[in-house]
This record gives sequence, structure tokens and C-alpha cells, in this order.
Amino acid sequence: MPHILVDNIVKTFRIAQRRPGLWGALHGVLRREYRTIKALDRVSFELEPGELVGYIGPNGAGKSTTVKVLSGILVPDSGRCEIDGRIPWRNRISNAANIGVVFGQRTQLWWDLPVIESFDLLRDIYRIGSGEYLRARDELAALMDLEPLYDVPVRQLSLGQRMRCDLAAALLHAPSVLFLDEPTIGLDAVSKLAVRDFIKRLNRERGVTVVLTTHDMDDIEALSDRVMVIGHGRILSDSTLDDLRARVTRERRLIIDLLDEGQAIEDPDVTFISRSGNRVHLQFDPDRVPTAALISRITAKYAIKDLFVENPPIEEIISRLYDEHELR
Amino acid sequence: MQSFVLPYTAVLSARFRMILQYRAAAIAGFVTQIGWGAIRVMAMEAFYRSTSAPQPMHLEDVVTYIWLGQALLGLLPWNPDTEIRAMVRSGTVAYELVRPVNLYTYWFSRSMAFRLAPTFMRSIPLAVLALLFFGMQAPASPEALVYWLAATLGAVLLSTALTVILSITLMWTISGEGVSFLVSPVIYFLAGMVIPLPLFPDWAQRVLDILPFRGICDAPFRLYMGHIPATEAWAVLLHQLIWIVILVAFGAWLLSRATRRLVVQGG
Repeated sequence: MPHILVDNIVKTFRIAQRRPGLWGALHGVLRREYRTIKALDRVSFELEPGELVGYIGPNGAGKSTTVKVLSGILVPDSGRCEIDGRIPWRNRISNAANIGVVFGQRTQLWWDLPVIESFDLLRDIYRIGSGEYLRARDELAALMDLEPLYDVPVRQLSLGQRMRCDLAAALLHAPSVLFLDEPTIGLDAVSKLAVRDFIKRLNRERGVTVVLTTHDMDDIEALSDRVMVIGHGRILSDSTLDDLRARVTRERRLIIDLLDEGQAIEDPDVTFISRSGNRVHLQFDPDRVPTAALISRITAKYAIKDLFVENPPIEEIISRLYDEHELR
Repeated sequence: MQSFVLPYTAVLSARFRMILQYRAAAIAGFVTQIGWGAIRVMAMEAFYRSTSAPQPMHLEDVVTYIWLGQALLGLLPWNPDTEIRAMVRSGTVAYELVRPVNLYTYWFSRSMAFRLAPTFMRSIPLAVLALLFFGMQAPASPEALVYWLAATLGAVLLSTALTVILSITLMWTISGEGVSFLVSPVIYFLAGMVIPLPLFPDWAQRVLDILPFRGICDAPFRLYMGHIPATEAWAVLLHQLIWIVILVAFGAWLLSRATRRLVVQGG
């Protein structure tokens, strides 16, 4: 049996429409108009224990709604969902003891209390034994260098510090699943690296199953082999990152630093993308022309200082996938 | 057992400690309540001086009633829990649902601290001042003191159960301003904080006897000063108990409805 099973989940929201302006507001008082939004439209997937899956999609695609259904916060209209055999919204309390959740935009720590007191409170709320608690806390503190933050009130933490503390807070009770809803949002580069590194270790060393929603493609590239793309409440793609690339576009980038600025590169198998100074960005299809053959042809013809081949950035792949499904 | 109640007592005591930090708010509330108390006492004195008809309560009892009310004003369930309100507005309420606890009991504990902590800070100094300088009387008898304490415990539970219901309505209204606007004058009036309830006409007494609000201020206060004899204390406590059971059951039902139709704000 899979660790997490999601089968044909549908979730709709009814949202009151408001027309703009004062008249619109008054009109809304007299007669409400509702609009139904299908946040999840027959979403299905399975996760094995210890998997780390990246979950991406534009704003409003249904990422957070999926996480909220899995954590037992929202009740879907129809469909089946189980985590370790528990139905999240029906067995909310026992499911909650088994999962850890971080909503990146919000903190679960007590705003006015020092970090350590928030941790102590969570110990009591999750009924963690004091021995286990100290072991878990010290381990998390060592991994993310939290001890200097223990006595700082949460409102005084920087966003990066707060996120490290929030991650620890979600893990004190040693859950077997971790749901991370945009854990790197707004973080600086160093904090992002620290958070990614931590998530990776948690997954590799402790076998915690992780579902990670994000807008940051670097998160996906650094962390997950498996990527699910969602748009308009539907899973558009569920595969490894490489397969996703291969399916959406086979094209590669060829980036050349020329010795001579005035030169232009012309070849029947490449298309020109952009140029800045000596650097030229080109695109080619490795199925039409073998990479090695193309490179030797170009180096023979032009004076070249340096050259490298790249995959197109993942943002572009995703944006093409959205285009295919007319999500814009 | 200890491990069962632990989450709830922990959140109650944390909230209590947090509120005790707000000293400025406590001092401001203290000063305002003395001012208001003085005005209410003066109004009542003027009323008693202008009438020769026998009243259902002596002026000294009314004065004590008013000062008890000022000291315990914080117990009145006139608004939703501000912490839950902030959580609903920001969407942080989502975290409340991923805790392995009974949400109703959890919010009951939070709201109890929300009602008790500010009251705890203001009531004792205010009562001491009123006893020494403003004509408030001591409890009628040691027995009256004991029954008053028991009824005050009932009042705390009653008030908390009402506060939780107000907090749950936030799941529909989000802001809660409207609810406070509608509810607070009604509660003030029906609890006896504007005019002591014994001064209401007879037909109103029959309604007030049924409503739960009498159990928050009026009945415990009158036990304190012996206006309700100790032999009738059981009726006060029973009335409170019945309403606590009804309001807790209703609150728990309402919360289960609310969580089923939940829309978490933002993403």
C-alpha cells in the first residue's frame, strides 16, 4: 500500500462575487452572486515512503488546496485520500499526529513568545515525551543552528531564521510525512540553500516523505527527482524532471563566447536566441544534429574562446507546458 | 489523564502569561473602570434620591453590585477571542487544524485565558480600592463568600462558552466587527451591567430568569451580598450548569459545521 494515496479528489469553492466600487458593494449587500471555482479537478497520485516530490503550478492552481486536503484542513467534495491508511479529514486528530506541515507564508510559532517556549508548547500539544522531545529538538537545533535563536521572541526573527524555526517546529513530533507549502518563499539565497540542504538530509537520512510546493524552480532542481505539475486543478504532468524535459522540449542551448565581437554565427541547424557582447545564445535540437557534430562544425568555422551546452531553464519548460494547456 | 489535558492546560497557561505582559492595557482598563463605576454609582444615587417608592434592592447593595461588576467586567463575553480573530484573518487558523487536539476544547482553553487573564489583573486591585474607599461591602457571610466563589467559577465557564461561539462565527464573517457590534450592547444590558437586573420590571424578570446572561454577573453578585439567600444557591448553580451544557454542545456543533465549510484565507 502506498504511503499517500490520492484518488480522484474534487474540491470546489463557492466565492461571493463583488462588483467594483461603492455601488458594487451596495449591490452585494442586497443580492450576492456566487462563482464556483474548481480548485481540484480529479487529482490523483500516489507516494511511496521516503519519496520527495516537487509540486509546482501557477498561483491558484490548487497546490495549497491539495496540501490542505492532505492535512485534514479541508474536506473534498468527492474522491479518496489516505495517509498511512488514515483519511485525513475523518481521522483528523490521528492524522495530525503523524504529519508535519509548514505554510511558508505563515508561522506556527507564537508571535510574542521566545522560540524555545513555542517549542515547549508544541511538546505539550503533541504530547511528546520529554526525553524524545529533547533528543528531537537538539538534533534539529544542531542541523539548522537554532540554539542562538532560542530566547528571541518570534516577532524579532528574520524571515530566514523564522523559517528554520518553523521547519523545526513541524518536526519535533517526528512525523513520517512533511508537507511544505512554499518553504523558500521570500528567503535570501543563503537561507534558501540552508533550507534546501536540510530538507534533502531529512529525506535521505531519515526517510521522511516530503511533498514540497514551490514557485522556485531551483528548489525542484536541487531537491526532487519527481515533479508534479498542476494547473486549473488538474495534474498536467507527473514524472521525473528529465522526462518532463524530454516530453515538453528536446531543445538544448548552445552558449558561445566569441573571440571577435563582430562575428555572427550561421548554421542551418541552430536558431539564434540572443546576444550580449561576445556571448551568443543559440538553440538546437539534438535529435536533428548530434551535439558533438554541431560543436566540431562550429569550432572549425569560427574563432571561439569558450562554449557550453545547457538544458533550457525549467521555468521555460513549465511555461511551455502551461501554454499547451492554455493556462494563460 | 494528565497527558490528555496537557495540550489544553499548556495553551491556557501560555496565553495567560502572554496577556499578563500587557501592563499598560491593564492600567488603562483599571482607570477607565473606576471612572465608569463612579459615574454609574452617582446615577444610581440620584435615582434613589428622587424616588420614595420602595425598591427591590437597597442602595448599598446596588453600589456593591456596581463595583463587583466593574471589577469583573473582563468576564463579560462581548467579543470574539482576539487571537482567533487574528488567525482567521491571516489564514494561520490552518495550523489550528493540524494539531492533534480536539479543536473545540483547544479553543475553549484559549478563550478561557483570554477572559480570565485581564480580569485577574484588574479585579483584585479594583475590588480592594472599592472596598476601602467607594462603599463596596464585604460578602454578607462566609457562606455567601463560598457560594459566590462557586458561582463565579460557573460564570467563567458560561462566559467562555459564549466567547467560543462568538469566535466560531468568525469562520463565516471573517472580521467579527459586526458580531461585537450587535452582541456587546445586548450582553451588557442583559447581564445587568447597565441597570442591575433586580431593578427590571416583573415581566422582564421571568425572561431574564430563563436567559443564560443572569448567571454571568447578576446571580453571583447577589449571592455575594446575600440578596439571594444561601439556601437558594443551588438554583443559581443549576441554572449555570444547564446553560454551560447547552452552550458547549451548541459551540461544538457549530465548530464542526464551520470546519466542514472552511475556506482558508489566501492561497
